[in-house]
Amino acid sequence: MLYQWITKTGLAVLLLSFGLNAAYAKINVFACEPEWAALSRQLGGSAVKVFSATTAQQDPHHIQARPSLIAKVRRADLLVCTGAELEVGWLPLLLRKSGNGKIQSGQAGYFMAANQVALLEKPAVLDRSLGDIHAAGNPHIHFDPHRIQQIANALTQRLMRVDPANRSLYQQNGQQFAQQWQQAIKKWQQKTQTLQGKRVVVSHNSWVYLEQWLGLKKIATLEPKPGIPPSSAYLSKLLTQLKQNPAEMILSATYQNQKPAHWLSKKTSIPVISLSFSPVKNETLIVWFGRIVDQLIGVHL
Amino acid sequence: MNNHQNAIFHQITNFLKTPLALLGVDLKNFQFNKICHFANHPYLCKGLTGEILMRKILLSVAIATTLFNSTFVFANSETEAIKQQLDTLKKDYERRIQTLEVRLLKTEENAKQANSKAQEVQVALKQNNTAQKISSGKNNFNPAISVILDGRYANFDNDPEDYELPGFALGPESGLGEKGFSVGHTEIAISANIDDKFYGKLTTAIAEHEGATEVELEEAFIQTLGLGNGLTVKGGRFLSEIGYLNKQHAHAWDFADAPLIYRGLFGNQLADDGLQISYIAPTDTFLQFGTELLSGNRFPAGGKANGLGAWTAFADIGGDIGIEHSWQLGASHWQANDIKGRQSGGHSHGGTTTETPSFSGDSKINALDFVYKWAPNGNPKNQNFKFQTEYFDRKEMGNVTMLNSGPPVETTSYDGHQKGWYAQTTYKFKPQWQLGLRYDQLDSNNTGSNVNVLKEAGLDNEGHTPKRTSLALDWLPSEFSRVRLQFNKDDSYEKSDNQILLQYTMSLGSHGAHQF
Repeated sequence: MLYQWITKTGLAVLLLSFGLNAAYAKINVFACEPEWAALSRQLGGSAVKVFSATTAQQDPHHIQARPSLIAKVRRADLLVCTGAELEVGWLPLLLRKSGNGKIQSGQAGYFMAANQVALLEKPAVLDRSLGDIHAAGNPHIHFDPHRIQQIANALTQRLMRVDPANRSLYQQNGQQFAQQWQQAIKKWQQKTQTLQGKRVVVSHNSWVYLEQWLGLKKIATLEPKPGIPPSSAYLSKLLTQLKQNPAEMILSATYQNQKPAHWLSKKTSIPVISLSFSPVKNETLIVWFGRIVDQLIGVHL
Repeated sequence: MNNHQNAIFHQITNFLKTPLALLGVDLKNFQFNKICHFANHPYLCKGLTGEILMRKILLSVAIATTLFNSTFVFANSETEAIKQQLDTLKKDYERRIQTLEVRLLKTEENAKQANSKAQEVQVALKQNNTAQKISSGKNNFNPAISVILDGRYANFDNDPEDYELPGFALGPESGLGEKGFSVGHTEIAISANIDDKFYGKLTTAIAEHEGATEVELEEAFIQTLGLGNGLTVKGGRFLSEIGYLNKQHAHAWDFADAPLIYRGLFGNQLADDGLQISYIAPTDTFLQFGTELLSGNRFPAGGKANGLGAWTAFADIGGDIGIEHSWQLGASHWQANDIKGRQSGGHSHGGTTTETPSFSGDSKINALDFVYKWAPNGNPKNQNFKFQTEYFDRKEMGNVTMLNSGPPVETTSYDGHQKGWYAQTTYKFKPQWQLGLRYDQLDSNNTGSNVNVLKEAGLDNEGHTPKRTSLALDWLPSEFSRVRLQFNKDDSYEKSDNQILLQYTMSLGSHGAHQF
C-alpha cells in the first residue's frame, strides 16, 4: 500500500518536473561566433540561452571539434553560424557527432547568416594555389551594418519559427533592435565620413565589408594569399610598394599574428589599428561596432 | 475801413494761406509795408499796416495753430500705422522663414532616408544576383571528394625484412615498408550527406604490395544524421572506436608510422564491418558511450565466425579548462570469442613451404587513452601543444598451430598477455612548423605447453623489451600540405635500428574536418 503510494507520488512529481521544465525551458542557441551570440542574445532576450563556440581572440577558420563543443551542439535547439564555409573545418563534424536532429542542415534550427545576405568576392576560379578561398564568397559579413540588419530580420523570423510560444517577444525585440541599429548606423555614418577614400593595408582579407561600407581603399594585404603567412621576401616587396605608394593605416584583427603588421608599421610608420574582430564577452553589437568606429576615426583626430 | 482794401487783403491772406502753410513761412517777416509804400499813402498805409499787422498776427496764430495741430495729428497716426505694418510684415516673414526651414529639414531628412534606402536596395540587388551562385557553389562540392597523396624516402640501418616484435605475432601490413623512395597509401575519399537522414563516406586506398597494385576498401559506411537524443548509428566498414588514434586516418597522425602497440595488436589500425551505436549524454561535460558489433573477419579477429565475430564497448569523457586547455579521457574494450584460425606473418625454413602461425581461441583487449591540448587564446593555428598517451592490454586463451608444419603438426596451448603504451607530444611553435617527440614501449608474458612452438610463432619475447624513440619535424606550408622529417631509434628487436623517414602528405579537394 505504502509502496504503491510512493510510486504514484514519485511518478507524479517526475511528470510535474518534466512539465515545468518544458514550460520554463529556454531555447538553447549555439552560436559559432561571438557576433551571432550577441545578436541572438539581443533578439532572443529572456527566452534564449546563448552559448558562443568561439571568442573574439579565436580564428573562426581554425577551431577544433573539441568534445566540449560536441556536448553543446548535442543540446542545441538553434544553431546560428556564419556559413559560407567559414566553419567548414569543424562544424560539419560537430553536427554529425551530435546526434541532434533539430540543428542539421535544412532544419529550422540550422541558421546560416551568409545565406541571408549577398556575399562579396565570390571567386570565379576555385584554385587552392590562390590560397584558402571560400567558394561561396567572402564570409566576414558581420562588418557591414546593413547586412547585420538583414540577418537580424531573418533571425527574428527564425526564432519565431523555432519557438512559436514566444513569437510576440521576438517580434518586439526585433523591432527594438532595428530602431536602435538604424539610429546607430546614422551616427556612425556621420562620424566616419572622413574615412572615405582612405588607403589601408590589411593583414587578412577579412575587412571587405567594412571597406565597402566606409569607402576605404585596400591597397595591399599582408598575407600573400588567404591563409598563407607572409614570407620575409614578400614583406620587403610590400615595403617598397608602400614607400612609393603609402597607406594611412594597417588593419589587423586581434586574433591574427600581429608580428608582420607591427614590423611593417615600424618600417613605414603607418599606424596599426588592431580591431576586435568580434564582440568580446557579453558585449552588444552596438557597443562593439561603436568601438570599431571610434578606433578607426581615432587615427584622424 | 475801405471795403475794397479789406477785400484785397482778404484775398491776399486767403491766397497766401495755403502756400504759406505749405512753405511754413513766418508771416511776421512778410513785408506788407512795401506794398503800402507802393500806394504812397502814409496814413492809409499807417492805418492799413496796423490793421494788417493785427490781422496778420491773428492769422498767423490761427494758421500756425491749425497747421501745427493738423501736422501733429497726421504724424502720430501715420507712424503707428507704418509701425504696425512693419510689425506684421516682420512677423509674416519670420513665419515664412520658419516654415521654409522646417521644409528644408524635412527634405534633407527625406534625402538621407532615400540614400540609405538606395543602399539597402543595392545590397538587396546584389543579394539577388549572388543568391543563385551560392547554391551552385555548394553543388560544386557535392559530394566532397578528396585525395591524399603520400610518398616517402626511407633509410634503415637494418634490413626491413628482418623486422620483428618479439612476443607479438605480427599481422599483415605490419612491416617497416621499403627502403628508398616509395609511394604510400594513396587515399581517395568521397563523402556527402545522402539526404536529411544519412551521411555516407567511402575511402579507398591504392597501395602496392609485393609488386602488385591493390585497391583496398578502407572505409565504406553510412551514418545517421541527427537521429535525436544524442544517438548515432553507423553501419558498414569503419575504423573502430577502440583507443584514440585508431579512428583517425593515418594521414592525420603526427608521425609517419603507427605506435608500436598498434603495430603489434592491430597491424597498424583496426577496421571491421559491422554496426556502431553511440550515445552522447545531454550534459555540459562531453560524455559518450558506445558499442560496436563486428563481423570479426579482419585482423586481429581474423576468424571465420558466423554472425558476430567481435564486439567493442567504449566510453569517453572530455571538456575544456578555460579557453586554452581541452582534454579527453577514454576507455575501451574489444573482445572476440571463439576466433578460428587467425593467421599472422609466417616465415620459411629455407624450403618451399612457409610455416604460418594460426591462433584459435578468445581474445580481449582493454585500452585507456588520454589527450590534452593547449593553444594560446584557443587559437591552434599559430601555436599549439598536444600530449597524447595510450595503454593497451591484451589477454588471449587458446592454442597456436603452425600451418604447413610437420608432420606432426606443431601446436601448443597458448595463454598470452601482451601490453604496451606510448606517449607523444607535438609542439607547433610557428604557424608552419611543428616538432614531435614520441616514446613507445611493449611488454609481453606469453606461456604455452610447447615453448618451441611459441618461439617459432614469434610469441616468445626473447627476454627483450621492445621500445622506440621518435623525433619528427613537420613543415606545414598550408593546412593542405605537410613535409615531415622523422628519425626513429628503433629497439623493436635486439638489433637496434636507426631509421630516417622523409615523408610528404598532401590533400587535394574538399576541406577535411579532423576529429579532436
